Amino acid sequence: MATTACFIIVSRNEIPIYEAEVGSAAKREDAAQLHQFILHAALDIVQDLAWTTSAMFLKAIDRFNDLVVSVYVTAGHTRFMLLHDSRNDDGIKSFFQEVHELYIKILLNPLYLPGSRITSSHFDTKVRALARKYL
Amino acid sequence: MAPVAPRSGDAIFANMERVNAELFTLTYGATVRQLLTDLEEVEEVNKQLDQMGYNIGIRLIDEFLAKSNVSRCVDFRETAEVIAKVGFKMFLGVTASVSNWDADGTCCSIILEDNPLVDFVELPDTCQGLYYCNILSGVIRGALEMVSMKTEVTWIRDMLRGDDAYELQVKLLKQVPEEYPYKDDE
Repeated sequence: MATTACFIIVSRNEIPIYEAEVGSAAKREDAAQLHQFILHAALDIVQDLAWTTSAMFLKAIDRFNDLVVSVYVTAGHTRFMLLHDSRNDDGIKSFFQEVHELYIKILLNPLYLPGSRITSSHFDTKVRALARKYL
Repeated sequence: MAPVAPRSGDAIFANMERVNAELFTLTYGATVRQLLTDLEEVEEVNKQLDQMGYNIGIRLIDEFLAKSNVSRCVDFRETAEVIAKVGFKMFLGVTASVSNWDADGTCCSIILEDNPLVDFVELPDTCQGLYYCNILSGVIRGALEMVSMKTEVTWIRDMLRGDDAYELQVKLLKQVPEEYPYKDDE
Protein backbone atom coordinates (compact mmCIF):
# COMPACT_ATOMS: atom_id res chain seq x y z
CA MET A 1 0.00 0.00 0.00
CA ALA A 2 1.21 3.47 -0.90
CA THR A 3 2.17 5.80 1.89
CA THR A 4 0.65 8.85 0.25
CA ALA A 5 -2.25 8.70 -2.12
CA CYS A 6 -4.98 11.17 -2.82
CA PHE A 7 -7.84 10.38 -5.18
CA ILE A 8 -10.11 13.00 -6.73
CA ILE A 9 -12.87 12.82 -9.33
CA VAL A 10 -13.36 15.99 -11.34
CA SER A 11 -16.56 16.42 -13.33
CA ARG A 12 -16.57 17.64 -16.90
CA ASN A 13 -17.35 21.17 -15.74
CA GLU A 14 -14.23 21.30 -13.55
CA ILE A 15 -15.98 20.65 -10.24
CA PRO A 16 -14.47 18.14 -7.82
CA ILE A 17 -17.26 15.67 -7.07
CA TYR A 18 -15.41 13.17 -4.93
CA GLU A 19 -12.28 13.28 -2.80
CA ALA A 20 -10.53 10.68 -0.71
CA GLU A 21 -7.21 10.48 1.08
CA VAL A 22 -6.33 6.83 0.63
CA GLY A 23 -2.72 6.76 1.81
CA SER A 24 -1.53 5.00 4.92
CA ALA A 25 0.84 7.76 6.07
CA ALA A 26 -0.02 9.78 9.16
CA LYS A 27 -1.89 12.85 8.02
CA ARG A 28 -0.10 16.13 7.97
CA GLU A 29 -2.45 18.95 8.62
CA ASP A 30 -1.86 20.81 5.40
CA ALA A 31 -1.59 17.64 3.28
CA ALA A 32 -5.13 17.80 1.92
CA GLN A 33 -4.70 21.36 0.67
CA LEU A 34 -1.31 20.59 -0.81
CA HIS A 35 -2.67 17.57 -2.64
CA GLN A 36 -5.61 19.53 -3.99
CA PHE A 37 -3.23 22.21 -5.14
CA ILE A 38 -1.00 19.81 -7.05
CA LEU A 39 -3.94 18.05 -8.67
CA HIS A 40 -5.52 21.34 -9.61
CA ALA A 41 -2.30 22.45 -11.27
CA ALA A 42 -2.22 19.21 -13.26
CA LEU A 43 -5.67 19.79 -14.77
CA ASP A 44 -4.26 21.95 -17.55
CA ILE A 45 -1.93 19.18 -18.65
CA VAL A 46 -4.82 16.74 -18.66
CA GLN A 47 -6.77 19.11 -20.87
CA ASP A 48 -3.98 19.09 -23.46
CA LEU A 49 -3.18 15.40 -23.25
CA ALA A 50 -6.72 14.03 -23.24
CA TRP A 51 -7.28 14.88 -26.89
CA THR A 52 -3.97 13.53 -28.16
CA THR A 53 -4.71 9.90 -27.37
CA SER A 54 -7.64 7.54 -27.52
CA ALA A 55 -6.51 5.74 -24.38
CA MET A 56 -8.43 6.53 -21.21
CA PHE A 57 -5.52 5.91 -18.89
CA LEU A 58 -3.03 8.75 -19.33
CA LYS A 59 -0.35 7.30 -16.99
CA ALA A 60 1.81 9.67 -14.99
CA ILE A 61 1.37 13.14 -16.40
CA ASP A 62 2.91 15.39 -13.77
CA ARG A 63 5.16 15.25 -10.73
CA PHE A 64 5.81 17.34 -7.66
CA ASN A 65 8.92 16.43 -5.70
CA ASP A 66 8.41 12.71 -5.10
CA LEU A 67 4.67 12.76 -5.79
CA VAL A 68 3.29 11.65 -9.15
CA VAL A 69 -0.06 12.47 -10.74
CA SER A 70 -1.79 9.72 -12.74
CA VAL A 71 -4.98 10.44 -14.61
CA TYR A 72 -7.80 8.48 -16.21
CA VAL A 73 -10.31 10.26 -18.43
CA THR A 74 -13.71 8.69 -19.05
CA ALA A 75 -15.61 9.02 -22.30
CA GLY A 76 -17.81 11.68 -20.71
CA HIS A 77 -14.69 13.67 -19.84
CA THR A 78 -14.90 13.00 -16.14
CA ARG A 79 -11.38 12.86 -14.79
CA PHE A 80 -10.13 10.47 -12.15
CA MET A 81 -6.92 11.89 -10.69
CA LEU A 82 -4.62 10.05 -8.37
CA LEU A 83 -1.68 11.59 -6.56
CA HIS A 84 0.70 8.92 -5.36
CA ASP A 85 4.29 8.16 -4.44
CA SER A 86 4.39 4.51 -5.45
CA ARG A 87 5.54 3.18 -8.82
CA ASN A 88 2.97 0.63 -9.70
CA ASP A 89 1.51 1.36 -13.13
CA ASP A 90 -0.40 -1.89 -13.46
CA GLY A 91 -2.00 -1.55 -10.05
CA ILE A 92 -3.01 2.02 -10.75
CA LYS A 93 -4.50 1.05 -14.09
CA SER A 94 -6.58 -1.69 -12.50
CA PHE A 95 -7.59 0.69 -9.75
CA PHE A 96 -8.84 3.23 -12.28
CA GLN A 97 -10.69 0.64 -14.31
CA GLU A 98 -12.54 -0.70 -11.31
CA VAL A 99 -13.37 2.78 -10.06
CA HIS A 100 -14.70 3.50 -13.52
CA GLU A 101 -17.11 0.57 -13.15
CA LEU A 102 -18.24 1.90 -9.79
CA TYR A 103 -18.64 5.37 -11.23
CA ILE A 104 -20.86 4.05 -14.04
CA LYS A 105 -23.09 2.41 -11.44
CA ILE A 106 -23.39 5.74 -9.64
CA LEU A 107 -24.18 7.44 -12.94
CA LEU A 108 -26.94 4.92 -13.67
CA ASN A 109 -28.70 5.78 -10.44
CA PRO A 110 -31.69 7.83 -11.60
CA LEU A 111 -31.63 9.85 -8.40
CA TYR A 112 -28.05 11.00 -8.95
CA LEU A 113 -27.67 14.20 -10.93
CA PRO A 114 -24.65 13.92 -13.25
CA GLY A 115 -22.01 16.43 -12.24
CA SER A 116 -23.13 16.69 -8.63
CA ARG A 117 -21.18 15.49 -5.58
CA ILE A 118 -20.99 11.76 -5.01
CA THR A 119 -22.27 11.29 -1.47
CA SER A 120 -22.89 7.55 -1.57
CA SER A 121 -21.16 5.89 1.37
CA HIS A 122 -21.23 2.59 -0.49
CA PHE A 123 -19.11 4.13 -3.26
CA ASP A 124 -16.71 5.57 -0.70
CA THR A 125 -16.18 2.23 1.03
CA LYS A 126 -15.64 0.44 -2.26
CA VAL A 127 -13.10 3.00 -3.50
CA ARG A 128 -11.13 2.74 -0.26
CA ALA A 129 -11.16 -1.03 -0.49
CA LEU A 130 -9.87 -0.85 -4.07
CA ALA A 131 -7.14 1.54 -2.99
CA ARG A 132 -5.98 -0.92 -0.33
CA LYS A 133 -6.00 -3.71 -2.86
CA TYR A 134 -4.16 -2.08 -5.75
CA LEU A 135 -2.07 0.84 -4.53
CA MET B 1 -64.84 -27.40 -17.76
CA ALA B 2 -63.04 -24.45 -16.29
CA PRO B 3 -59.38 -24.23 -17.25
CA VAL B 4 -56.98 -25.10 -14.49
CA ALA B 5 -55.37 -22.04 -13.00
CA PRO B 6 -51.63 -22.05 -13.59
CA ARG B 7 -49.60 -22.25 -10.42
CA SER B 8 -46.74 -20.28 -11.85
CA GLY B 9 -46.38 -17.63 -14.48
CA ASP B 10 -43.28 -19.14 -16.12
CA ALA B 11 -45.05 -20.38 -19.22
CA ILE B 12 -46.91 -17.12 -19.76
CA PHE B 13 -43.78 -15.10 -19.07
CA ALA B 14 -41.98 -17.04 -21.81
CA ASN B 15 -44.60 -15.91 -24.32
CA MET B 16 -44.78 -12.28 -23.23
CA GLU B 17 -43.22 -9.57 -25.28
CA ARG B 18 -40.23 -8.28 -23.42
CA VAL B 19 -38.08 -5.18 -23.30
CA ASN B 20 -34.50 -4.85 -22.22
CA ALA B 21 -34.35 -4.81 -18.43
CA GLU B 22 -31.95 -1.89 -18.27
CA LEU B 23 -34.15 0.21 -20.54
CA PHE B 24 -37.12 -0.57 -18.33
CA THR B 25 -35.27 0.26 -15.12
CA LEU B 26 -33.85 3.50 -16.45
CA THR B 27 -37.18 4.60 -17.91
CA TYR B 28 -38.87 4.09 -14.57
CA GLY B 29 -35.97 5.89 -12.89
CA ALA B 30 -36.31 8.83 -15.23
CA THR B 31 -40.03 9.00 -14.46
CA VAL B 32 -39.41 9.13 -10.73
CA ARG B 33 -36.62 11.65 -11.20
CA GLN B 34 -38.93 13.90 -13.25
CA LEU B 35 -41.70 13.63 -10.67
CA LEU B 36 -39.26 14.66 -7.96
CA THR B 37 -38.25 17.70 -9.98
CA ASP B 38 -41.82 18.67 -10.85
CA LEU B 39 -43.57 18.06 -7.55
CA GLU B 40 -40.66 18.86 -5.22
CA GLU B 41 -42.37 17.25 -2.19
CA VAL B 42 -41.48 13.59 -1.62
CA GLU B 43 -44.95 12.95 -0.20
CA GLU B 44 -46.55 14.25 -3.38
CA VAL B 45 -44.32 12.00 -5.46
CA ASN B 46 -45.44 8.98 -3.44
CA LYS B 47 -49.06 9.92 -4.09
CA GLN B 48 -48.49 10.50 -7.77
CA LEU B 49 -46.67 7.18 -8.21
CA ASP B 50 -49.53 5.42 -6.48
CA GLN B 51 -52.03 7.13 -8.76
CA MET B 52 -49.99 6.20 -11.83
CA GLY B 53 -49.85 2.61 -10.62
CA TYR B 54 -53.61 2.63 -10.10
CA ASN B 55 -54.15 3.79 -13.66
CA ILE B 56 -51.87 1.02 -14.89
CA GLY B 57 -53.55 -1.56 -12.66
CA ILE B 58 -57.10 -0.96 -13.84
CA ARG B 59 -55.98 -1.62 -17.42
CA LEU B 60 -53.45 -4.33 -16.69
CA ILE B 61 -55.95 -6.60 -15.00
CA ASP B 62 -57.73 -7.10 -18.30
CA GLU B 63 -54.58 -8.21 -20.04
CA PHE B 64 -53.72 -10.39 -17.08
CA LEU B 65 -57.06 -12.20 -17.15
CA ALA B 66 -56.98 -12.56 -20.91
CA LYS B 67 -53.54 -14.10 -21.07
CA SER B 68 -53.20 -16.03 -17.84
CA ASN B 69 -56.32 -18.21 -18.04
CA VAL B 70 -56.78 -18.12 -14.29
CA SER B 71 -60.19 -19.14 -13.13
CA ARG B 72 -62.23 -17.33 -10.51
CA CYS B 73 -60.45 -17.29 -7.15
CA VAL B 74 -62.44 -18.82 -4.35
CA ASP B 75 -61.07 -16.61 -1.61
CA PHE B 76 -58.64 -13.80 -0.94
CA ARG B 77 -55.87 -16.27 -0.11
CA GLU B 78 -55.97 -17.64 -3.60
CA THR B 79 -56.06 -14.13 -5.04
CA ALA B 80 -52.90 -13.21 -3.21
CA GLU B 81 -51.16 -16.37 -4.38
CA VAL B 82 -52.11 -15.69 -7.97
CA ILE B 83 -50.81 -12.11 -7.78
CA ALA B 84 -47.52 -13.22 -6.29
CA LYS B 85 -46.88 -16.31 -8.40
CA VAL B 86 -48.50 -15.46 -11.73
CA GLY B 87 -48.97 -11.70 -11.84
CA PHE B 88 -45.50 -10.66 -10.75
CA LYS B 89 -43.89 -13.31 -12.92
CA MET B 90 -45.87 -12.29 -15.95
CA PHE B 91 -45.16 -8.57 -15.84
CA LEU B 92 -41.93 -8.19 -13.87
CA GLY B 93 -40.29 -11.56 -14.39
CA VAL B 94 -39.84 -12.18 -10.68
CA THR B 95 -41.75 -14.35 -8.27
CA ALA B 96 -42.99 -13.11 -4.94
CA SER B 97 -44.05 -15.08 -1.91
CA VAL B 98 -47.07 -14.60 0.33
CA SER B 99 -46.94 -14.78 4.09
CA ASN B 100 -47.97 -13.16 7.36
CA TRP B 101 -51.66 -13.94 7.10
CA ASP B 102 -53.89 -12.59 9.81
CA ALA B 103 -56.56 -14.75 11.41
CA ASP B 104 -59.47 -13.71 9.15
CA GLY B 105 -57.51 -14.17 5.95
CA THR B 106 -58.03 -10.58 4.87
CA CYS B 107 -54.54 -9.21 5.32
CA CYS B 108 -51.26 -10.59 4.07
CA SER B 109 -47.80 -9.64 2.95
CA ILE B 110 -46.38 -10.06 -0.52
CA ILE B 111 -42.63 -10.38 -0.26
CA LEU B 112 -40.31 -9.61 -3.13
CA GLU B 113 -36.69 -10.70 -2.83
CA ASP B 114 -35.73 -9.38 -6.19
CA ASN B 115 -37.04 -6.22 -7.76
CA PRO B 116 -36.03 -5.13 -11.28
CA LEU B 117 -37.22 -1.57 -10.67
CA VAL B 118 -34.44 -0.74 -8.27
CA ASP B 119 -31.26 -1.85 -10.03
CA PHE B 120 -28.64 0.89 -9.63
CA VAL B 121 -30.83 2.93 -7.30
CA GLU B 122 -29.56 4.37 -4.06
CA LEU B 123 -31.68 6.84 -2.13
CA PRO B 124 -29.85 10.11 -1.46
CA ASP B 125 -30.38 11.93 1.85
CA THR B 126 -32.80 14.37 0.26
CA CYS B 127 -35.32 11.66 -0.68
CA GLN B 128 -35.46 9.63 2.51
CA GLY B 129 -39.26 9.52 2.67
CA LEU B 130 -39.61 8.30 -0.89
CA TYR B 131 -41.26 4.97 -1.60
CA TYR B 132 -39.41 4.40 -4.83
CA CYS B 133 -41.54 1.46 -5.92
CA ASN B 134 -44.86 2.97 -4.86
CA ILE B 135 -46.13 2.35 -8.36
CA LEU B 136 -46.38 -1.37 -7.56
CA SER B 137 -48.77 -0.83 -4.67
CA GLY B 138 -50.93 1.29 -6.98
CA VAL B 139 -50.96 -1.41 -9.62
CA ILE B 140 -52.18 -4.05 -7.17
CA ARG B 141 -54.81 -1.73 -5.72
CA GLY B 142 -56.09 -0.76 -9.16
CA ALA B 143 -56.14 -4.31 -10.48
CA LEU B 144 -58.01 -5.71 -7.49
CA GLU B 145 -60.50 -2.87 -7.57
CA MET B 146 -61.51 -3.87 -11.09
CA VAL B 147 -62.33 -7.36 -9.87
CA SER B 148 -64.48 -5.92 -7.08
CA MET B 149 -62.06 -6.00 -4.20
CA LYS B 150 -61.34 -2.80 -2.33
CA THR B 151 -57.86 -3.07 -0.89
CA GLU B 152 -55.31 -1.01 0.90
CA VAL B 153 -51.70 -1.63 -0.07
CA THR B 154 -48.82 -0.32 2.04
CA TRP B 155 -45.07 -0.85 2.12
CA ILE B 156 -43.76 -2.58 5.21
CA ARG B 157 -40.17 -3.21 4.21
CA ASP B 158 -38.08 -1.56 1.53
CA MET B 159 -34.55 -2.61 0.59
CA LEU B 160 -33.69 0.95 -0.39
CA ARG B 161 -34.24 1.88 3.25
CA GLY B 162 -31.94 -0.84 4.49
CA ASP B 163 -34.37 -3.72 4.97
CA ASP B 164 -33.63 -7.20 3.65
CA ALA B 165 -36.58 -7.55 1.26
CA TYR B 166 -39.54 -5.73 -0.20
CA GLU B 167 -42.73 -6.36 1.68
CA LEU B 168 -46.12 -5.11 0.55
CA GLN B 169 -49.01 -5.43 2.92
CA VAL B 170 -52.27 -6.05 1.13
CA LYS B 171 -55.37 -5.55 3.22
CA LEU B 172 -58.81 -6.47 1.95
CA LEU B 173 -61.22 -3.73 3.03
CA LYS B 174 -64.42 -5.04 1.46
CA GLN B 175 -65.66 -7.04 -1.43
CA VAL B 176 -67.96 -4.99 -3.59
CA PRO B 177 -70.80 -7.10 -4.92
CA GLU B 178 -71.23 -6.96 -8.65
CA GLU B 179 -73.97 -4.58 -9.66
CA TYR B 180 -75.55 -3.95 -12.97
CA PRO B 181 -75.77 -0.31 -13.84
CA TYR B 182 -79.35 -0.67 -15.07
CA LYS B 183 -82.35 -2.81 -14.32
CA ASP B 184 -83.59 -5.38 -16.80
CA ASP B 185 -86.97 -3.77 -17.33
CA GLU B 186 -85.68 -0.28 -17.98
